Amino acid sequence: MSNISFVREKAIPQSPPPITESNSIRWIRQNLFSGWLNSLLTILSVYFIYICLRDFIPWAYGGIWTAGSIRECLDINPDVACFSVIGARWRQLLFGFYPSEEYWRPILTFILLFVSIAPILIPRFIKYFWFSLIYPGLAVWLLWGGSIWPVFSIYLALVFGALGFFIAKNQLRFSSGFSLLIGFVSVVVYFFFIAGPFITLFKYILPINLMFIESLQFGGFLLSMIVGFSGIAASFPIGILLALGRQSDLPLVKMICVGFIEFIRGVPLITLLFVASVLLNYFLPPGTSFDIIIRVIIMVTIFSAAYMAEVIRGGLAALPVGQHEASAALGLSYWQAQRLIIMPQALKISIPGIVNTFIGLFKDTTLVSIISLLDPVGLASLIRADQKWNGIYWELYVAIGLLFFVCCFGMSQYSQYLERKLKTDNS
Amino acid sequence: MSNVNIEREIDRSKMEVSDEIAIHISDMNKWFGSFHVLRDINLEVRRGERIVVCGPSGSGKSTLIRCINRLEEHQQGKIIVDGTELSSDLKNIDKIRSEVGMCFQHFNLFPHLTILENCTLAPIWVRKMPRKEAEETAMHFLEKVKIPEQADKYPGQLSGGQQQRVAIARSLCMKPQIMLFDEPTSSLDPEMIKEVLDTMIELAEEGMTMVCVTHEMGFARQVANRVIFMDDGQIVEENEPKEFFDNPKSDRTKLFLSQILGH
Repeated sequence: MSNISFVREKAIPQSPPPITESNSIRWIRQNLFSGWLNSLLTILSVYFIYICLRDFIPWAYGGIWTAGSIRECLDINPDVACFSVIGARWRQLLFGFYPSEEYWRPILTFILLFVSIAPILIPRFIKYFWFSLIYPGLAVWLLWGGSIWPVFSIYLALVFGALGFFIAKNQLRFSSGFSLLIGFVSVVVYFFFIAGPFITLFKYILPINLMFIESLQFGGFLLSMIVGFSGIAASFPIGILLALGRQSDLPLVKMICVGFIEFIRGVPLITLLFVASVLLNYFLPPGTSFDIIIRVIIMVTIFSAAYMAEVIRGGLAALPVGQHEASAALGLSYWQAQRLIIMPQALKISIPGIVNTFIGLFKDTTLVSIISLLDPVGLASLIRADQKWNGIYWELYVAIGLLFFVCCFGMSQYSQYLERKLKTDNS
Repeated sequence: MSNVNIEREIDRSKMEVSDEIAIHISDMNKWFGSFHVLRDINLEVRRGERIVVCGPSGSGKSTLIRCINRLEEHQQGKIIVDGTELSSDLKNIDKIRSEVGMCFQHFNLFPHLTILENCTLAPIWVRKMPRKEAEETAMHFLEKVKIPEQADKYPGQLSGGQQQRVAIARSLCMKPQIMLFDEPTSSLDPEMIKEVLDTMIELAEEGMTMVCVTHEMGFARQVANRVIFMDDGQIVEENEPKEFFDNPKSDRTKLFLSQILGH
């Protein structure tokens, strides 16, 4: 009779896991040639990559950089790329018709862009967040120029609004809603009575001016960056509010948000851009001229805010209802719960979707070429219309593609870094 | 249903019930759509009392305690908590919620915050407590639930029992007058149930007013001073634990007790 009783006398100590052999031949055998089908597929793939690169590499690598026109290029060697066009026109591709003696302004703005997003992207620099707030105004002034005081006065309006709000809330002890109204009224009062004299006065006392540059002179990658980054910065908060509004218990708020999202998502961006370029002027009172770049930014922003709202709503829906209940049970107010508990988690879940929307928006800025703004794609057509470069296709578009790729790839890499960093469980 | 034995001797020196009424519920009715989930509930809880609510699933016991801090809205009747009546007035609701702690079956810790941040969040934002003071309070209560060494970890790295103890500490950091427990041990292994029950017993020993929805009959027998049995959205029987378990009056109570204690 066998004895089935068993008692462990000594616990088994922990031991290290077996070392998997990591030498490369073993890796190749396991991953590329593990069976006849896999071997065949590997060989086919390698051949496919080869025929893709066989023509491209000599074409690109042997490219001509110094010719003065496409004719010269063809004379030297018709089988290689004629990158000379980029050498001749890179300024235009980057800056459009921005005056070249003022190039330092967009370049400085571009550098400061990184300084201003550092506090948002890297938690360590959060104490410099004030610069992120100053940056939009500073960028507008640097890019368009003119006097600094109109831009400054907009910030002052915000200060007035905040002052009105806090005095009403903390000193006079009004409710939040009423204080908000008072804040809004103080902004209006400021614009009607204080802003004008203030600007005139300071223009006289302390004239700080840059050469004014018209919106139509903007172009190239500069234009893509302006529209893209303004759109990204503005559509994100609007998207959050729309997503919250769509889930709201208040029927009117919900209806407005759903209507907005569904309408904007149901319309092609092109139509919105046409509205911006042509129709909007019919609706505005005569005499008001509304900068074309700002009009485009507004359209791009509302377009991607609608998408953003749906992406964030997906994140909100993925949160267990217990998170709402736990925050409510602790006594957090609706906005506190949203800000501290719900949004951080919902946004984390929706990072891939959010970045997807950002990248989409950034690339969609090339559509402004259709309403005859000269972004890189618009400029490419313009350059090809020049007799000297008539007939050039690939080289320009490869360069523009590369420019966009670097930006979009950067965004995607950052989002993956963020996802890894925000991971708080063991899995 | 597990019935973990409570081996330790319970210190009853501070478990006093005062005359002051902590929760008053009268003629309360609630519907989910057309389903009448709570019917004519009348209940009074005095300060220092420990009430266990039990009953078959779907009997409305969770809904009842969730009405006390208005996670669910009642449609008829009155609920007065700490002298404040629950109405649609948001100020009252926030006030009551900050005085009433609650623990859930699934803990509902905030997974994106560390244990310490989970505990300091509400004191800092609701009570406007300085961060340092909030952290000291949090550490005090984490020591009390015996996991101060986990303070810098995230909830996902803790076991279920540890998470539930953190959830209790998180509620205690708000220094609540009343604690509600909604099946706090139902999703835990027996070994972990014991550690959570121990924490709850310690809380009871300090004189906390507690309303617990639980199937832990050992806990009910030892700690509660009243057991309420609910079925079909009604309070069917209400008695002292000894009488309730040894001498149940209603047939439905007898059936329920035979089902959960019978094996």
